[in-house]
Order: sequence, then C-alpha cells, then structure tokens
Amino acid sequence: MNSADFATLWLTFKVSGVATCLMLIFGTPLAWWLARTQSRWKGLCNALVALPLVLPPTVLGFYLLILLGPNGPIGKLTSALGMGTLPFTFAGLVVASVLYSLPFVVQPLQASFAGIGPQALEAAATLRAGPLDTFFHVVMPLARPGFLTAAILGFAHTVGEFGVVLMVGGNIPDKTRVVSVQIYNHVEALELGQAHALAGGLLLFSFLVLLVLYTALKTQPVAHPLT
Amino acid sequence: MVTYLRQSVCLAACLFLYSFTAQAETVLVAVASNFTKPMSEIAAEFEKQTGYGANLAFGSSGKFASQLLNGAPFEVFLSADGDKPLRLEQEGVALAGSRFTYALGTLLLWSAKPGAVDADGQILHKGGFQHLALADPKLAPYGVAAVEVMNKLKVYDKLQPLLVYGENISQAQEFVSTGNAELGFIALSQVIADGGGIGEGSGWVVPTELHMPIRQDAVLMKAGAQNPAASALMAFLKSPPALAIIERYGYRLPNGREVVANPPADEKH
Repeated sequence: MNSADFATLWLTFKVSGVATCLMLIFGTPLAWWLARTQSRWKGLCNALVALPLVLPPTVLGFYLLILLGPNGPIGKLTSALGMGTLPFTFAGLVVASVLYSLPFVVQPLQASFAGIGPQALEAAATLRAGPLDTFFHVVMPLARPGFLTAAILGFAHTVGEFGVVLMVGGNIPDKTRVVSVQIYNHVEALELGQAHALAGGLLLFSFLVLLVLYTALKTQPVAHPLT
Repeated sequence: MVTYLRQSVCLAACLFLYSFTAQAETVLVAVASNFTKPMSEIAAEFEKQTGYGANLAFGSSGKFASQLLNGAPFEVFLSADGDKPLRLEQEGVALAGSRFTYALGTLLLWSAKPGAVDADGQILHKGGFQHLALADPKLAPYGVAAVEVMNKLKVYDKLQPLLVYGENISQAQEFVSTGNAELGFIALSQVIADGGGIGEGSGWVVPTELHMPIRQDAVLMKAGAQNPAASALMAFLKSPPALAIIERYGYRLPNGREVVANPPADEKH
C-alpha cells in the first residue's frame, strides 16, 4: 500500500466516524419515536428509513447529485446560505453517507427500544422521573447492546459504501476519494496487487467487525425489516 | 388449454434450437462506453450486410480488461485506449497480431450552458468557474489528453484545485450536465449533433496538436479466434460503411489503420 492508499483509508474512516456520530444523534429520537408511536405515519416512516437497504446506491447517488447540485432545491438553499454546493466536498460525502447508512443505525435501535417493556418506563414514572431522565437513566442502559450494534454497523456499512460516493464524490485525492473508489480505480488501472492489498484489508476489517458483533457482543443478526 | 400448452412447448423448443444456431453466428463484444452509440449503429449495419449477429456489452475499458484477464467470454474487445489491448495480448488472452486502431477520439471542452465555452477555449485562461470535470487520467485516455492540454496551455497548476474526476468520460459528462461542474473535458462523440457540430450546450473542440492522439484499439480475444462472426466483425470495423459511422460520431480515422505502437506511458500525471 502506498501513501495514496493510506490517505483514502484515513479519509474513509473520517467520513464514517462523522457520519456515525450524526446518525446516532438523529437516529436515536427517530428510532424511539418509531418504536413507541401508534401514528398512522409509522409504516410510511419505516419504509422511508429502510429504503437505502433495497435501493441501488447509484440511484441514491444520482438523485443526490441532482438535489444537491446548483440546479436542485437543496443546492439552491445551501448556495443561498453561502455554503456553496455539497457535491465534491467532505460535507457532501457525510450527508450522502448518513442517508445511505441510516437504516443500519435506526433499525437496531428501534428493535432494542421496542424490547424495553412498558413496566420499566412506568416504574420510572411512578418514581417521578421526567421523560428525559427516564431516557438517559433507564432506556439508554437497557438499550446499550442496541447502541453498540447501531454504531458498529453504521460505521462499517459507511466504510464499505461505493455507488453513492462515486456519484457525488468527484474522486478528488485527499478530499473525496474513499477506499472503495480507490480499489475500483486500482482494478480498472489493472494494478491488481494494490487492489488486493486494500480489498483484502477491507475484507478482514468487515469480518472482524461482524465477528465482534456476533460473538463478543452476542447480538442477533440484524437488518431485518421491521414493521 | 392443451393446445395452448402444446404451442408453448413448441415455441420453447424453437427458441431453444434457435439459440444454438444463433450462438454459432453471433459475436460477443465488449465495447468501451464512449463508443456506445457508433457501435450500436455499426452492429446493426454489420448484421444487415453479413448476416452475423453482434451482442454488445458496454462499460469502461479498465473493467472489461480486468474481467477478460479473469476469463470473461467476450470475443472482441473495443477499448478506449491502446494500453489495455496490448496488455491483454501480452498476457496471452488476446490473439497476437489482431490489434488495430479503429478510431481516434476527439476531445471536447464542454459546458451544458449555451455560450459558456468560447470557440477558442479561452475560458480556461479567464476562469470564472468553480469545477472542471474530467475523466480520471489514471484510468481514461481522455483524462490523460485533458491534462496534457492544460499543461500545454500552462493552466494546469492554476486549474488543479478545481478539478473533479469521473471514473470515465460519461461520469464527467454527468457532472457537467447536472450543473455540478460548470465545464468539463469529454468526448465530442457524447454530444455530437446529427449533422455534426455540438448538439447541446457549448464547447471547444480541442485541436489535435495539443495532445497525443487518443487511440482506441480493437483486439480479437482467443475466445473468439474460432468464431467466423468475430473475424468478420474485426474486418467490418475497417470497411467504408463502418468508417462512415465512426466519422459521423466525431471520431477521426487513423491513417492506414495498421497496428500502431502504443503511446508512451510517461505522459500520465
């Protein structure tokens, strides 16, 4: 592996790290709401969250390129706010990654929230705990495996993304060229040795992540569609 | 119901038999995506004139080359460059001596907006744009040529921070047509109008003296060596009807069409 390969790895972990933090911040209230609500919009919201599981990433990337571009509604908004447009930037990659990996964070959280019975919450309420108090001191400790699974899967899935970043990234060295794109470039340039080094590394990484998930943490396989 | 079933069985049997006969007379071709439109027309003409069929698969040359090295069943490979067919020949999966240049690519500086790119490419000196798209020079000969042009015009250092890379020229075109990049280097063939000239937006056809020729080579794979349809297609690519189509799509014709040596690799950046 050369320095360019290490640069793509570093950038990939940076994008995945930032995206995972954002997904936990935004995904937690969303998952909580989805796990508790009786709203008739629940099915619709579940479908929207799960959409990246079934959508080809190039479809997501293609629409993001249009929506975030200078002629798209979001692109016009970001330009008006003085942020410029998002494609070909680190921020653009993060936004795309959050949308792409969100189900891998929301679904395990939602499952573990749903597994917390009403008894614990009612007990907290009788002890005069406020809703936030209950969430931080009752729900979060009980849902710890869910948070771990969500963080690990969200991070690992973002590391592996390809189609979305290929479309909105622009493949700029040190700025938007992530490891999956670099592997593709190596293969296309017939630099098969370098492709092997990176691809083998990712394979090992992914396997170890899942091994930790399913043995050390003893969680069940996830990413089953929730109703 | 029974008649319906019987008909279906007959039809299936016919299709089954037909697929065998068709297979013998058909050539499976891997085509660099920049050559999609002309090759579709050439294949139609080829079928009409020779009776052989041509099944076309479109994609990037690098991907096809990797697949061919790993046993992909394509019988003819139309690459976007000269390096990959040479490599396939050296690795022994392509038939030695079958390689020839079927077209020379024409580089175009293009904007989706009419009037944005002037006829002399002065916009590269003047600036006034945020992003300039091109195919990754590591992967695509059109990207290599674009970098050569910017170097010759002494604007590369100034423009380098504005460059965004597609993995091929189609993606570079996509970046420009969605407005995310104001302009980009693509192939003239991608936006050529029916009667010649630029069909949409505005562009500057880069003069050939500003870059090495973009030689697109064809090669016969060993998988197709025994297939008469494959050899027929290789010959047809050099025939006047095919040449007329190639030229109409904005490509230049190589002189003499002999097997040419490959461009030096040291021009890559």
